[in-house]
Amino acid sequence: MRNTFIASLLEIAAENPNIWLLCGDLGYSVLEPFAAKFPDRYINVGVAEQNMAGIAAGIALSGKTVFIYSIGNFPTLRCLEQLRNDVCYHGADVKVVAVGAGYAYGSQGYTHHALEDVAIMSMLPGIEVFVPCDPVEVRAATHMIAASGRPSYLRLSRAGEPVLNPVAPTDVRRMRPLREGRDIVMLASGPVAAQCLEAAAELAKKGLDVGVVSASCLKPFDDEFVRTAARTASLVVTVEEHVLRSGLFSVVATALAGEPRRTPVIGIGIPELAGKISIAGSRETLLKAAGLSADLIADRISQAMAAVSAG
Amino acid sequence: MRPNLSEPDEFARRIRAHALRMVHAAKASHIGGCLSMADILAVLYTRTLRIDATHPRAPDRDRFVLSKGHATAVLYAALAERGFFSVDDLKTYCCDGSIFTGHVSHAVPGVEVSTGSLGHGLPIAIGMALAARSAGAGSRAFCLLSDGECDEGSNWEGILFAPHHKLDTLVAIVDFNKIQSFGTVAEVLNLDPFAEKWRAFGWHVQEVDGHDIAAMERILDEVPAVPGRPTVIIAHTVKGKGVSFMENKLEWHYRSPSDEQLAAALAEIGA
Repeated sequence: MRNTFIASLLEIAAENPNIWLLCGDLGYSVLEPFAAKFPDRYINVGVAEQNMAGIAAGIALSGKTVFIYSIGNFPTLRCLEQLRNDVCYHGADVKVVAVGAGYAYGSQGYTHHALEDVAIMSMLPGIEVFVPCDPVEVRAATHMIAASGRPSYLRLSRAGEPVLNPVAPTDVRRMRPLREGRDIVMLASGPVAAQCLEAAAELAKKGLDVGVVSASCLKPFDDEFVRTAARTASLVVTVEEHVLRSGLFSVVATALAGEPRRTPVIGIGIPELAGKISIAGSRETLLKAAGLSADLIADRISQAMAAVSAG
Repeated sequence: MRPNLSEPDEFARRIRAHALRMVHAAKASHIGGCLSMADILAVLYTRTLRIDATHPRAPDRDRFVLSKGHATAVLYAALAERGFFSVDDLKTYCCDGSIFTGHVSHAVPGVEVSTGSLGHGLPIAIGMALAARSAGAGSRAFCLLSDGECDEGSNWEGILFAPHHKLDTLVAIVDFNKIQSFGTVAEVLNLDPFAEKWRAFGWHVQEVDGHDIAAMERILDEVPAVPGRPTVIIAHTVKGKGVSFMENKLEWHYRSPSDEQLAAALAEIGA
């Protein structure tokens, strides 16, 4: 994902001389091509995220489009007030790019797990929030935010994520179906959509009709898609590599709250306290511990469908 | 875009009077810090800043960032005196529906950036200086900080950054009135040796009496003074300057003058 991001940004910067990239001394083996090609528009600010966000606002308020890049919580939580006041309050054209979504930095430990970032970024006024599931969406989202003229948050995993749908989205602010199916609708944000596809394939073997949709744009949210899908579904499932509070589950539940026919919604994400771990574990291990592996997702859905059928 | 609308000492007298009337009418705080920086603003807005009220967004304008955003009454007054809007508009300061909020707002013509939470202005000014250098615009970025906000780590990130990037068109001005929110700077979190700290970080340091208009004008005229080095002006000021009963008194960080106190203050500054 991060390699697709930088490749996309290189394409964009070659066309648009107003594109700048700042990093907080992270991005080794990723950002070098940009630094080499556009040295006048690249700054390694050092390990100083508050300064980076403020500088980005100052450059953006001078008419530029500024990307800031670092790991998970550093360009988001560490400089949250700068993003709120300096960037979003002024509508400065700053794009926050965080690498290491959810458990992407697995064994590196709790400080490197980005578990609350989507909710917190979504709270900021006027920002758009993107959680792409695969490199195809990363490329489309990077191009879109570079031209949007407004603050954006782009949440990337790491490297090596597979393409889940080769067809590029025409509008990255809309839902992107990954697998057809109407009775159970799974909405997934981020690369955990791969686990959802695997779970859907297992459930299909039991005769269940399961669709999987990439909800890569958390803000603005495609409410209408969710309402329409829910009208014909028996069950809506949200899956996110993020704490359950105020992320995808909350946005979907809110979208459906006013509907006359209340389709059951279950949210699968990281329980708040379960995220507070003190042991090493690969991303796969940690996802499983949080109930986000393909088999556990399938089990949750089977149980929920049994309850729906019984109810 | 060279200003020279009035003599800076007369300009300072007028903006002090406006600020006193504004905080009195609004029952607002922060008059002490407004009065300590009035002479600094007077030099900037009558002599230094290349700005044009008829083209407030001109790309090659100098940028001024007020980082001590609580002391905004006197900045609004300076912008009114420079013709960005009517002096009459100042009467709406802090009133319902007014754009003149109690911490500096970029909704006000001539204001570059909203601040209020401390430690934000300097990094933004650095970004503006970087962008201007890249564009070859020749414009400069000035940032006015309080002494108390030099407690903020974000400022020191910026102080470390600017000399490394040889930002000689960046000027930080510290309104060093020696009193912060809850006591003197020496009591709360001592900054000394203050000038030496900036020097050690690689800045061109100028210490000046922040009420000596001619001396400040000379220093600001030299910017960029040393090629490749940002300038900091440590302006030694008196909190509440110009109104004897407010001078060096912590309480005037908070209090608003009564009718009698306003009359006495205006009489003292000759307004």
